[in-house]
Amino acid sequence: MPIFDKFDTLRQTYDRFESTGANPFNIAFEKILSPTEALLHGKPVLLLGTNNYLGLTWDEACIARSAAAVQSFGTGTTGSRIANGSYDGHRALEAELADFYGRKHCMIFSTGYQANLGILSTLAGKTDHLILDADSHASIYDGSRLGHAQVVRFRHNDPDDLYKRLRRLDGQPGDKIIVVEGIYSMLGDHAPLREFVQVKNEWGALLIVDEAHSMGVLGETGRGLAEAEGVEGDVDFIIGTFSKSLGGVGGFCVSDMDGFDILRVACRPYMFTASSPPGVIAATSESLKQLRKRPELRHALLHNAHTFYNGLREAGFCTGPEPSPVVSAVMPDPETAMVFWRQLLARGIYVNVSMPPATPNGLTVLRSSVSAAHSDLQIRHAVNSFAAVAQDMGLFAHMQTAGENADLIRAAE
Amino acid sequence: MDTAVSDIRDTVITVLKTALQKPVTLSDETNIVRDLGLDSVAVMDFVMEIEDRLDISVPLDRIAEVETIGDLVATVSQLKRGA
Repeated sequence: MPIFDKFDTLRQTYDRFESTGANPFNIAFEKILSPTEALLHGKPVLLLGTNNYLGLTWDEACIARSAAAVQSFGTGTTGSRIANGSYDGHRALEAELADFYGRKHCMIFSTGYQANLGILSTLAGKTDHLILDADSHASIYDGSRLGHAQVVRFRHNDPDDLYKRLRRLDGQPGDKIIVVEGIYSMLGDHAPLREFVQVKNEWGALLIVDEAHSMGVLGETGRGLAEAEGVEGDVDFIIGTFSKSLGGVGGFCVSDMDGFDILRVACRPYMFTASSPPGVIAATSESLKQLRKRPELRHALLHNAHTFYNGLREAGFCTGPEPSPVVSAVMPDPETAMVFWRQLLARGIYVNVSMPPATPNGLTVLRSSVSAAHSDLQIRHAVNSFAAVAQDMGLFAHMQTAGENADLIRAAE
Repeated sequence: MDTAVSDIRDTVITVLKTALQKPVTLSDETNIVRDLGLDSVAVMDFVMEIEDRLDISVPLDRIAEVETIGDLVATVSQLKRGA
């Protein structure tokens, strides 16, 4: 139909992937066996692309709490908290998150995407300015666009460019709000937060840190990058998600700022959507408890992340600049990435394919996410499989003769 | 400090040619996305180079309005005058 003509280019790419019989953007597992295994076309696959950092999706205590909540409160809330009322569980989870972060206020959202959509679009008004890291997640861009503030982006992880952007805004009315992420979801690199805090303080700006991929991963108690860098007092708002380390779905924002609660009746992505169902809230509450009382999960995660990252580097892959639970192997082009991805899947390993414009610097990557629940054996098997597929495809020979490897490493770093 | 529109056009074209890494003929009428095949992120990245050279910030809603090189030159000139 003509209404879809504008998607012609996208359609061609999608159809090409679909015609191969294994499209990474259209995959469905028949059964999930554990945090690290699923059934696909009747065969077990190792899950290495699910953001299930602490492996809590199958935690017995989480499942028991969730099941009990469904029995007591039903399957859904069938409405928004503003129009139809909160359940005790919503309030309790907000109190638990505020306590975890040592902050006065917490608001929870039905998804992590909506947390960014809601907070950014509401906090920044018409005369305010949002200054985004260029590699920000789509939800940060979309939240910025939903509101009425002026939005500019600065070079990824570049405090000097952030400084320049703030200098250019000097003298203009309105608040300046900087938005960065703890760990970036495509290449697994982290923000230079202490430098950003210095710039922020110099210009009297506000700072939001999205800890979606760093909660449960970084910091002495798992609060994220701000904790790890010792700058929590300088971060005005922390945004996070329930769908990574906490194994559920939902998002949150915590802050110490007086007056924060007015956002509940001003923030449209909070007001005009159904609240999280009781089973999800109960499971998330329990997984937060598990995250707090079992630091060994975080240690296991980081151990696995380092092993996998170093394994891929030693095998010759060009990766992101530092080890983290997100480990991306750079591919020379989308076509090679698709072949590589299918061969990994044939060997029983599921990872993600990420390509522009979702990725920075025009890079196409095979993105893996490591879990605390992976065994040493699984990690070793994954590294060996990556190496074997690269060998079969003659990947490194091709990349080096084309002189591309060095360029790709530069782009990734 | 006034930067002439023709200087700005030169800057835009120089930066764009470097970003594309292939020989192209560019004019005010060239459509940046359709004719040059740049995706949304690539456009924002090359605008950053222009921002550096002219010491301005181009808000994202202004970038979104740009279709042709002529549009971009006009937007950047306006922002430069306002700066």
